[in-house]
Amino acid sequence: MRHHVITATLALAIGASAPLVVHAQSAAEQLQEYRTMLADGNPAELYEMEGEELWVKAMGPKNASLEQCDLGLGAGVVQGAAAQLPRYFADTDKVQDLESRLMTCMETLQGIAQADVIKGSFGRGVRQPMEAVVAYIVGQSKGMPIQVPASHPKEKEMVALGEKIFFLQGGPMDFSCASCHAVDGQRIRMQDLPNLTEKEGAAAGWGNWPAYRVSSGTFWTMQRRLNDCYRQQRMPFPIFGSDVTVALSIYMANKADGGEMNTPGLKR
Amino acid sequence: MKNQMMNRSVVLGSVLLGLSFGVSAQAVDPAVMAIMESSFRTQGIADKSRIYPDEIQALCSDKAVFNSPEGQKKAIALQTAALEAIKPPSDGVYLGDWQAGDKVAKSGRGATWSDQAGAANGGGCYNCHQVTKAEISYGTIGPSLLGYGKLRGNSKEIVEYTWNRINNSKAYNACSNMPRMAHFKLLTEQQMKDVMALLLDPASPVNQ
Repeated sequence: MRHHVITATLALAIGASAPLVVHAQSAAEQLQEYRTMLADGNPAELYEMEGEELWVKAMGPKNASLEQCDLGLGAGVVQGAAAQLPRYFADTDKVQDLESRLMTCMETLQGIAQADVIKGSFGRGVRQPMEAVVAYIVGQSKGMPIQVPASHPKEKEMVALGEKIFFLQGGPMDFSCASCHAVDGQRIRMQDLPNLTEKEGAAAGWGNWPAYRVSSGTFWTMQRRLNDCYRQQRMPFPIFGSDVTVALSIYMANKADGGEMNTPGLKR
Repeated sequence: MKNQMMNRSVVLGSVLLGLSFGVSAQAVDPAVMAIMESSFRTQGIADKSRIYPDEIQALCSDKAVFNSPEGQKKAIALQTAALEAIKPPSDGVYLGDWQAGDKVAKSGRGATWSDQAGAANGGGCYNCHQVTKAEISYGTIGPSLLGYGKLRGNSKEIVEYTWNRINNSKAYNACSNMPRMAHFKLLTEQQMKDVMALLLDPASPVNQ
């Protein structure tokens, strides 16, 4: 119900007639106004609250909770953990983002097979509670500085791979991430595009996802955001939690290092 | 061995995308292609082979290589090959219907894994270009096309140049951001003629 109201109000704001240039600016400005208005009432909070309960709830074949999950700051430490992801984990010997790390915890603690999570769909099945947990975890880093210096050799390696993948063109439209996200101040239709190759743009992008998406009325994790980027790039389907998604994530997070976490964000 | 397999995959990918340029292959970092291979799968019409860059995509994925003397030479060779491959309209008529062209320009549909095979694609022109005064929701990645025909006229040179740009923008700029509409069969010949009319017909809103 609530998101319908927001959608309708935004549609009015974007559809209102006004002189050309003024209109183009005011859509972005008005969206910013709505973000400010909703700062204390982001619908993502509903997901956060659900996730907080799910974090301590016994689930899965092992009937265990996620409370002992190590998100990088020690077992069970949630506050500030998302601001320092992706990072290298010694137990898996891999660089992991929040969602691939959660898959590890769900498998080891709860007995939920990673393969089942990977083959699922966003917003459904085992992914549904997982996404709420993501909302809870990123909410516990809100307002904190992004700290992804990529000092471990494996983190450095993934940043370097992520950068190359960011610029790698493919598919029938020759697109790469850089086609839309390597220049300041550009738009697709009315949508502003952050320049993810520089700190300010990367912080605006990385620091505001995961987010509640007004247009779809759903909470989108970073994995879902990247998945839809690749869909629009006309590329094949990026496998959930795959190395490419983690490499791109740590490339962005490292560029955004020192910026602010505003998660969960509120998006168009 | 792994490299050989990779090269074969790259060649296969290029063939599947319908390409053949007589220029030696541009190497993409094997470590990058290895994680691309393990990270993607086919979904709907979006075949996994799309991860393999063709010659132009590989060149334009690496600024350092592109800016090197060898890269610049390769860019010219690829542009020349792209220009030579463009076919003029089969009936010699370049301009279709601007109203149909505006619909093509406004639609951004096509070629994603959520699109159906055989469904009509859009040109996605408004995604990146200002096209008409009336449509205020336009992107800014490409230059404004307002007054395109009014400013340039419709001499044979302009008409052919515009046709070529729509067919394969890489014929003039190897790393242009604009998709190759004819090369990858994103638009039909008729759709491209209609977009031509949108840009060049004096009656089109582009030229008002």
